[in-house]
Amino acid sequence: MKLFQKNAAELSNMLQKNEVSAVDVVQSFLDRIELLEPHLKAFITHTPAMALQTASEVDSRRNNGEKLHPLAGVPVAIKDNISTQGLRTTCASHILESYIPPYDASVITALKRAGLPVLGKTNMDEFAMGSSTENSAFYPTRNPWNLDKVPGGSSGGSAVAVSAGMAPLALGSDTGGSIRQPASLCGLTGLRPTYGRVSRYGLIAFASSLDQIGPLTTTARDNALLLNLISGYDPLDSTALPGEVPDFTEDLGRGIKNLKVGVIRQNVSEGFDPEVTAAVLKAVSLLRDHGAEVDEVSLPLTDHGLSAYYLIAPSEASSNLGRYDGVRYGYNAGGDSIDEMFSTTRGRGFGPEVKRRIMIGTYALSAGYYDAYYLQAMKVRTMIRRDYDAAFKRFDILIGATTPTPAFNIGEKTDDPLQMYLSDICNITDSLAGVPSLSIPCGISSEGLPLGMQITGSYFNEALLLRVASFLEEAGESLPMRPKVKLPEGGEV
Amino acid sequence: MNKYEVVIGLEIHLELKTRSKLFCSCSTTFGQEPNTNCCPVCLGLPGSLPVFNRRAIELAVTAALALNSKVQLRSRFDRKNYFYPDLPKAYQVSQYDQPLARGGFMEIESGESERIINLERVHLEEEAGKLVHAGNSIMGSAYSLVDYNRAGIPLLEIVTAPDIKSGQEARAFLEDLRSILLYSGASDCKMEEGSLRCDANISLRPQGSEKLGTKAEVKNMNSFRSVELALNYEAERQAEVLSAGGTITQETCHWDEEAKKTIPLRSKEGSSDYRYFPEPDLLPLVLEPAFIDNIYASLPELPAVRRKRLKEKYDLSAATAAQFTVNRALGDFFETAAQDYDRYNNLANWIQGDLQYQLRESGKEADDLDAKKLIELLELLDQGEINRPVAKELLTEMVNSGKSPKKLVKEKGLGRISGDEKLRPLVDQVISENPDAVENYLKGKDKALAFLVGKIMAMTKGRADPAELNKIIKERISNK
Repeated sequence: MKLFQKNAAELSNMLQKNEVSAVDVVQSFLDRIELLEPHLKAFITHTPAMALQTASEVDSRRNNGEKLHPLAGVPVAIKDNISTQGLRTTCASHILESYIPPYDASVITALKRAGLPVLGKTNMDEFAMGSSTENSAFYPTRNPWNLDKVPGGSSGGSAVAVSAGMAPLALGSDTGGSIRQPASLCGLTGLRPTYGRVSRYGLIAFASSLDQIGPLTTTARDNALLLNLISGYDPLDSTALPGEVPDFTEDLGRGIKNLKVGVIRQNVSEGFDPEVTAAVLKAVSLLRDHGAEVDEVSLPLTDHGLSAYYLIAPSEASSNLGRYDGVRYGYNAGGDSIDEMFSTTRGRGFGPEVKRRIMIGTYALSAGYYDAYYLQAMKVRTMIRRDYDAAFKRFDILIGATTPTPAFNIGEKTDDPLQMYLSDICNITDSLAGVPSLSIPCGISSEGLPLGMQITGSYFNEALLLRVASFLEEAGESLPMRPKVKLPEGGEV
Repeated sequence: MNKYEVVIGLEIHLELKTRSKLFCSCSTTFGQEPNTNCCPVCLGLPGSLPVFNRRAIELAVTAALALNSKVQLRSRFDRKNYFYPDLPKAYQVSQYDQPLARGGFMEIESGESERIINLERVHLEEEAGKLVHAGNSIMGSAYSLVDYNRAGIPLLEIVTAPDIKSGQEARAFLEDLRSILLYSGASDCKMEEGSLRCDANISLRPQGSEKLGTKAEVKNMNSFRSVELALNYEAERQAEVLSAGGTITQETCHWDEEAKKTIPLRSKEGSSDYRYFPEPDLLPLVLEPAFIDNIYASLPELPAVRRKRLKEKYDLSAATAAQFTVNRALGDFFETAAQDYDRYNNLANWIQGDLQYQLRESGKEADDLDAKKLIELLELLDQGEINRPVAKELLTEMVNSGKSPKKLVKEKGLGRISGDEKLRPLVDQVISENPDAVENYLKGKDKALAFLVGKIMAMTKGRADPAELNKIIKERISNK
């Protein structure tokens, strides 16, 4: 087994036992990137020199007998909407194509302090708006399970990097499913933490009240390890939650006896791909067989949730993206007047989906429409929270499909924004409620594509979600951790 | 003009006196190199987030309480969205429908009477950056530069009810407002540095009418005086239009300081759509009642109360009480001195007159002086140890060197020369040296007596008492 085929926990063990050097680990992933990146296009910016530099520093510190973080030397890929000092951060947009942040996001500070080599910045839908990574201003990313399929989005590049063995760990961001949906389409474990669990400082905002950074990994343990590192109170983020952070690896392997499981009726819908529903229900039976108490639950606000989300998120986005005006940084189209400069810069700098959402949001916030749209959507959001509060009085976790279908074809939904929006239908209400939500692999379709299942917990209960995930990893049928990538010119790697 | 009643409402913005900005730790120091007091937060760089400066909230609450405004236990911040190069995030974090404080009032002295001016609200927001135009104004400039040092400084907005009736009243209101804010320590209120700015809404209505007329908004008034001039000008202009049967268009105008007139900027069709919505990067501001109570308890005595107290306690004139209120340091000096000296009006006269003059001349502040020394000086004078001209001379010395008047009197031999024993030989000398003057005096010419007194005053370098000399000269001449 090559180093790139190992997960982060395995690499961490080998590094701590000095069985391998961090430089060798990084090199193995760099080789893999070199082999596959031309076909998958998971990255926007590669940072091999920086990664090797960090790795060699970790190696010499280890050789000096310093006590290091368990993940020291385990490389990571970063979604390109997370600010990295001195390293271009584009949000996959022309408007930020040349933008180099002068500061690190708080999660990056944590990664650097722990000694994780950064392999590069990953591709995404522009400003995290999309579900297929086709909205990148640069190029689409391909799904390693089938190069004709999308990897999901918006954290598609991060998902593909991990799925294809180009990185053992990746950070994504999730506003309305952007971690969970690509995790599902690429067969990964992807966590959207409780809103406020992870600092947003340095995460380039799409919708501030919904954005959360989270880990994309191949296992529940890897996810817990990375979550341990990035969680916690941050005085730089007023919405970060104070309080103790548990060790998320502690509950792994504790089993699921007497766990109260609610199966969300709307998320195992008859309208979904039958293979998806079947895989989810099979995992549910497994839980029941091992002592979980399973019942059905209805969250009827799902449809309203989608509408509310597509008012709230664009409203916040229309304001968050106002700053890209060409005055201080980023693309500037020039012009004969300040107004012309503003409109030309923004007209040319943003892609069509971003402009669509800015227009929706601007409209929803306008005088005379605010009450009917934004305010109404906020009321729906409050009702959804109440629904969840009620559901978590009965259940410990809620389960359903992560996505209605496995990965779809590249180009299949690009002309139909509504169809594209519907691929996040199962993810959005969790986002609006702010609860933690995890997507894990639960099967392979007849076409050979991964199928995903979403587990939702009450506030701050990430540990329980990861515990259920690790149980299913062990008790369930053995799933391939990563695909064999079929190269267009033939051959599998 | 008398046909109409003038209705004015003011919107005042003032920078709070914090060391750091509202949402980051950048310095608020005025006059630094452009774009040096900046960080990712106040530059609105992608991914940056705001965090409250607790001091700004304290000062905002202080100001609101000083203005009798009701501080809300729960208020909220909103985004006011618009595009302008000086606005780094293309929105200003402000407060829309849940302001920090509601209502409030100020008592102002307008002419002879006292008037109550009500306030609508007091809220907290962030300051924008500043455009520096390549030419003289925004119109003729080829380009403009932006300085973001100011961006993010905490700004208090105070909105009055339309209770103000003239330019004079607006000015009186602003002067009192400045006093209150200086006293409470909330702001420096330096209009020339832009830390206090004022816009006005002004309209006219027929005397006795309840219905408000169409208003104009006047901006760019850079001093209290220009507020008065601009509003009086605009009131006259509107009266002329209305008297001629015309109508007022709702518009924003610019006060042109050179031309001394208001110039329309742009017509306002309703209000701009700022697409306000709750700022998702900040939690609602929830204040503990104890937090507000503590600030209330530590409010200093405010100007109106002080003015009244000075008048009553020391029996000072209204003008003197007002001066000791506006010039707080001088008033404090007066009160310290008055603890040991009860001829209050005499003390006040010396402080307002000679002392203030000497302070100005020497560039010193009242705080630099020891009140006890002034009392020493006044007591020497009261007891006849020195005379008035000497007292003035000593005051100058005292302010400049800080030496005690008693010591100075000894050092310089400035004590009064008095008593027959000391003065008689001098008188006799002058009488014998000036026989013509003595003769004239005996002929009934009073001027001759003054001449003789002057001679002795010159000989004693002013240390004798002219009245005493008069008496002795008369005695000596009639004894001859």
